[in-house]
Amino acid sequence: MSSPDQNLLHTPLYDLHLSLGARMVPFAGYAMPVQYPAGLMAEHHHTRTAASLFDVSHMGQLRLVGDAAAAAFETLIPVDVQDLALGRQRYGMLLNDTGGIIDDLMFVNRGTDIFVIVNGACKVNDIAHIQARIGQRCEVIPMPERALLALQGPQAVTALQRLCPGVEKLVFMSGGHFHIHHSAQDIDCFITRSGYTGEDGFEISVHEMQAEALAHLLLAQPEVKPAGLGARNSLRLEAGLCLYGNDIDIGTTPVEAGLNWAIQKVRRTGGARVGGFPGADKVLAQLDKPASLTRRRVGLIGLERVPVREHVELQDASGQRVGEVCSGLLSPTLDKPVAMAYVTAQCALAGTRLNAIVRGKPVPMEVSAMPFVPNRYYRG
Amino acid sequence: MIKYTEDHEWLKVEGDTAVVGITVHAQDALGDVVFVDLPEVGKTLAQKDVAGVVESVKAAADVYMPVSGQVTEVNEALRADPSLANSDPLGAGWFFKVKLSDASQLTALLDETAYTELTKNA
Repeated sequence: MSSPDQNLLHTPLYDLHLSLGARMVPFAGYAMPVQYPAGLMAEHHHTRTAASLFDVSHMGQLRLVGDAAAAAFETLIPVDVQDLALGRQRYGMLLNDTGGIIDDLMFVNRGTDIFVIVNGACKVNDIAHIQARIGQRCEVIPMPERALLALQGPQAVTALQRLCPGVEKLVFMSGGHFHIHHSAQDIDCFITRSGYTGEDGFEISVHEMQAEALAHLLLAQPEVKPAGLGARNSLRLEAGLCLYGNDIDIGTTPVEAGLNWAIQKVRRTGGARVGGFPGADKVLAQLDKPASLTRRRVGLIGLERVPVREHVELQDASGQRVGEVCSGLLSPTLDKPVAMAYVTAQCALAGTRLNAIVRGKPVPMEVSAMPFVPNRYYRG
Repeated sequence: MIKYTEDHEWLKVEGDTAVVGITVHAQDALGDVVFVDLPEVGKTLAQKDVAGVVESVKAAADVYMPVSGQVTEVNEALRADPSLANSDPLGAGWFFKVKLSDASQLTALLDETAYTELTKNA
């Protein structure tokens, strides 16, 4: 089980993962570290208390270049791109013509381009979709030569500013170019203060030729230990962040998924640039009439210490099926089961008691606000 | 006498009773165990029936009856501290005891050499 398939792609840090004793698993077509010898639980707690290094080089990086890039990108996502300030980052999602989510993504206004990061498992389709829809209006430039490292945790800033003075000035959801001095050469990085753990931290885009040197430098900092995809998943779920393929997909709209906060006023009914994105009719109608929603994504906390996992059925007190869990696990921080689920609108209010049917037995859970663990982003 | 199953349980036979747990390989593959579901004491189960569940943060696995028989005792200490399945899988991390109803089933189970061979190729 620990020998990955020959057909899997390798990130530039593959050899480093093996030398660190990682257990490799197939993920998004890559051989990726699910955990290191310390184990998921230790890696999770280390991220919440110190700093962890994650290899997320399987994710897709691309640039949109040209005067019309921001306006063109707005025809694909229900998000305000044109007014995003220089150096700022935003969350968004590619939609299909029925308002379903093709992928979720992050993008930065870098002045000379819009720098976009998409999910690894979706990147080939995403790039084809973006190219087909707006390739005439701007250059769509994939960046397969770039690795992506995430340094996450309350001590990430202490570790990174030692190597990269000035990086501490970045605030949450902003980014910039930095040089890290390393022997004779400089390592050029594009760093954003963001991540997928709910903690303060950074995502570092670096050329594949310099990725291993940078990873070694980061791991040499006393605060930093490696962490795998297992801990990344438990951390993001505690932070209430969606995992594409589990919690959102082409069958869910941003409104059903509770991602309304990502749709700025300017793109909504009454806004200066209302609609104009795929599926706008449906998405705007859902925003304008929340009562029309038939289901919503909610958080759930287990009232008994029994893990509740994806695809588990949810019932109300009368035994009626009211929804299904899309992600769930025992929260390492809270030592309680936490989950995300889609439930009928009338069951979506915080405090609602539902039963998760685990191995035929009802496990009581309560609809809860997210994040489950308070986030600790650095907002300046 | 210790025997193993292809589903990664071990059993230690003492007279007409066997102690059952999960192997070092199984707990290593699962990672940090955070939850176990144990069978009801007194219940009679057939070989290969699901007797319990063991879960880490990232995965859940069924624990099967390695032999047919009646459950005579479960490890309440393991229920309270599931990490015993990681720290001492062959000792304090045992799952349950079963009174054998058909001792002849033991002969078809794997011995240590055969089990080691199985996990080497897993």
